[in-house]
Amino acid sequence: MKYAFFPGCVSRGGCPELYPAAVAVCKNLGIELEEIVGASCTGAGVLQEKNQKLGDTLNARTFAMAEGMGLPIMTICSTCQGTMAQAHDRLKDTAYRAEVNEILSEEDLEYKGDVVIKHLLWIMVEDIGLETVKKLVTTPLSSMKVAAFYGCYIIRPTGVLGFDEHPEREDSLERVIEALGAELVDFPGKTKCCGFPILTINETNSVKMVANHTLDAKERGADAMVTPCPLCHLNLDGFQPKASAQKNTDIDLPVLHLPQMVGLAMGMDPKKMGLDKHIVPTAKLVSKVKITA
Amino acid sequence: MEITINVKRFNPEGNNAEHFFQDYTLEVEDYSTVLDALIKIREDIDGSLALRCSCRAAICGSCAMRVNGHAKLVCKTKILDVSTDGSNFITVEPMGNLPVIKDLVTDMKPFWDRIRAVKPWIQPDGPEPTEEYVAPNEAMLHLNGVMGCIMCGACVSDCTVLEIDKNFLGPAALAKAYRFVADPRDAEDHERLRAYSEYGGIWDCTRCMECVQVCPKGVAPMDRIMGLREKAIEIGFDNNNGSRHTEAFNESIRNSGHLDELRLPVKTFGMGGLFVLGSMLNVPAILSNIPNLIGMLPVAIRAFRRGKVPPMIHKKIHGYEKVKNIFEKMESKK
Repeated sequence: MKYAFFPGCVSRGGCPELYPAAVAVCKNLGIELEEIVGASCTGAGVLQEKNQKLGDTLNARTFAMAEGMGLPIMTICSTCQGTMAQAHDRLKDTAYRAEVNEILSEEDLEYKGDVVIKHLLWIMVEDIGLETVKKLVTTPLSSMKVAAFYGCYIIRPTGVLGFDEHPEREDSLERVIEALGAELVDFPGKTKCCGFPILTINETNSVKMVANHTLDAKERGADAMVTPCPLCHLNLDGFQPKASAQKNTDIDLPVLHLPQMVGLAMGMDPKKMGLDKHIVPTAKLVSKVKITA
Repeated sequence: MEITINVKRFNPEGNNAEHFFQDYTLEVEDYSTVLDALIKIREDIDGSLALRCSCRAAICGSCAMRVNGHAKLVCKTKILDVSTDGSNFITVEPMGNLPVIKDLVTDMKPFWDRIRAVKPWIQPDGPEPTEEYVAPNEAMLHLNGVMGCIMCGACVSDCTVLEIDKNFLGPAALAKAYRFVADPRDAEDHERLRAYSEYGGIWDCTRCMECVQVCPKGVAPMDRIMGLREKAIEIGFDNNNGSRHTEAFNESIRNSGHLDELRLPVKTFGMGGLFVLGSMLNVPAILSNIPNLIGMLPVAIRAFRRGKVPPMIHKKIHGYEKVKNIFEKMESKK
C-alpha cells in the first residue's frame, strides 16, 4: 500500500512532533510513503482569499506530480485535505482545468483530473480497514476516555469531501478511537471550529472556542482529545493555557495528533511520537496507558 | 413506518420556563418530510406544539430548524434521509444563535437587524435614469447564486462565530452585503467595504464552512465573505490583521513555496514592516498591535521550552522558483 506523501507545512513547522510520528506509524500500518518532492503549500484557504485560481493552480501542480508518481496522495492535515479536495472539485471542470494546465505546461506538468487524495484517517478506515488496525493494537487504550475533534476542512462541505460515496467518513475518527480500545466521549463540539483561523485577528474569540471545546469535552468525562488536524492542535493545545486563564479554571486536557494516539496503541515509544513536545503535558495520560498494558 | 421525534420544547408562559425534550411516536409515510411529521404531531397528538411554516416547498424560508443537530428546512428534509441509521429516531430543535419564542419558533429580530446593518439596498451614483437601471447580463448571472437566499436563517443558526460573539454580522448578512458590492449599479463599494472590514465583519469569519454546508439554496455564504475579503484587499483596506495575514501568507508561499510560521504572526501584527519607512503610514496599527505581539510571548516561550517550534531558518522547498514563476504569471494577469 503506497502513497504520495504530502506532509503539509505545519507537520514540520509549528507541530514538528507530527511528521516523525506519522512516518513511524505508517510504517507499522504497512503504508509505504514516497514524499512529493517540491510540492508547495495548499494555500490553506488563506491564499485562496486573495486569488482562488492561483491556489487551484498550485494544488493542480501537486496533483500532477502525484499522477506522475502513479500514486494516490496521503495527507496528515485536515486543512490540507479539505483545501486540496476543494481544488480537486473545481478542477473537474475541463475548461477550467485546461486553463490551469496551460500555466503548468511551462513546467511540463499536466493534471489529468484523476488524482485521489486521502487523509491518513480515511486510509485507516477505508484502505487498511479497522479490523486490521485492531489486530495491530498491542496496547489497547482502554484506560483512556477520548473525545474526537475533526477540524472543519475534513468534515465540510460533505459533497466536496466525497461523503456521498464514503458515508463512513462522517464518524471515521470516533470509529478509530474505538478500534484502538479507548472509550469514546461524544460531544457536540467535535465538528466545530477550533478558532485557529482567527487567532491573529480576534484572539479573544479564538481562545473562547478553545475553552468551550476543551472544557465541554472534559466535563463529559474526556481525559484526552484527538485530532487529525495540526492547525486545530496548535490552538487546542498551544492556547489551552490562555483558555484556562479566560475561564479561570485549569482545563488540563491533553490533545493528541491522530498518529500519536495510533502509535501509543501500537506500543510505540511516546517520546518518538513527540508526546513530550506538547504544551499541555501528556505524561499522566501516557503513564495510564503503560499501567494498563 | 413508525418513527420517534424527540422535540426540544420551551413554553415561556409555564411555571418553569425551561427547555425540555419530549418524544412523540407516530406513523409516517416513506416519502414524508420532517415537517409533515411535525404538523401531524400538532394536529393529532399535541396541539400545544408551536412551529413556524408556510409554503412547504422550500421557497418561503419559514421552517428552518435543527434536525439531528444541523440546521435544515424541514419541508425539504425527508425523514428517511435523516434516520439512515435505522433507529427511526430524529431530534428536532429550534435554530441556534437566535432567541426561542416558543418550542421550535425563534425570534428573527436579531437576524433582520444584521441584514439591515449591511444596508441591503442599491445606492447608485449620479442622476436617476429616466427608465430603469440597466446591469450587464453577466453581472446579474454572477449574482444569481447569492440572490437565491430565502432568508431562512439556517446559516445563522449554525454559525460557529455567532455562537461566541453576537457582534458578528454573520453569514446571511455578509452574503447579502456581497450581493450589493458585486452589483455594478451600486456606487458605495468603498464605504461598504470599509464598514465590513471593521470588527464583527468579514475578517471575523473562521471559514468553518458550516454555512456552506447547511444553506438549503446553495448560496455558500462563506464563499461570498471570501469574495468580500478579496475586494477589500483590492480596494486598499489592508491596514488590519486579517488582510496582513493574507498578504504575509501569500508572500511566504511566493518566496519559498511553503509557510514561514515563525514570521507569519509578526507580519500579521504589522511588526514586519516596523523599520521600513514605507510602512510609516501604518504606525497607529503597528502601535496598537504591540500588545498583541507581547501577548503571544508566553505562548511562544512555552513552545520553545517544549521544542514545539518551526525551524529558525526557513528553508525554501525544492524548485521554489517554479512556484514563484506561477505567482508572477498569475498575479500579472489579475
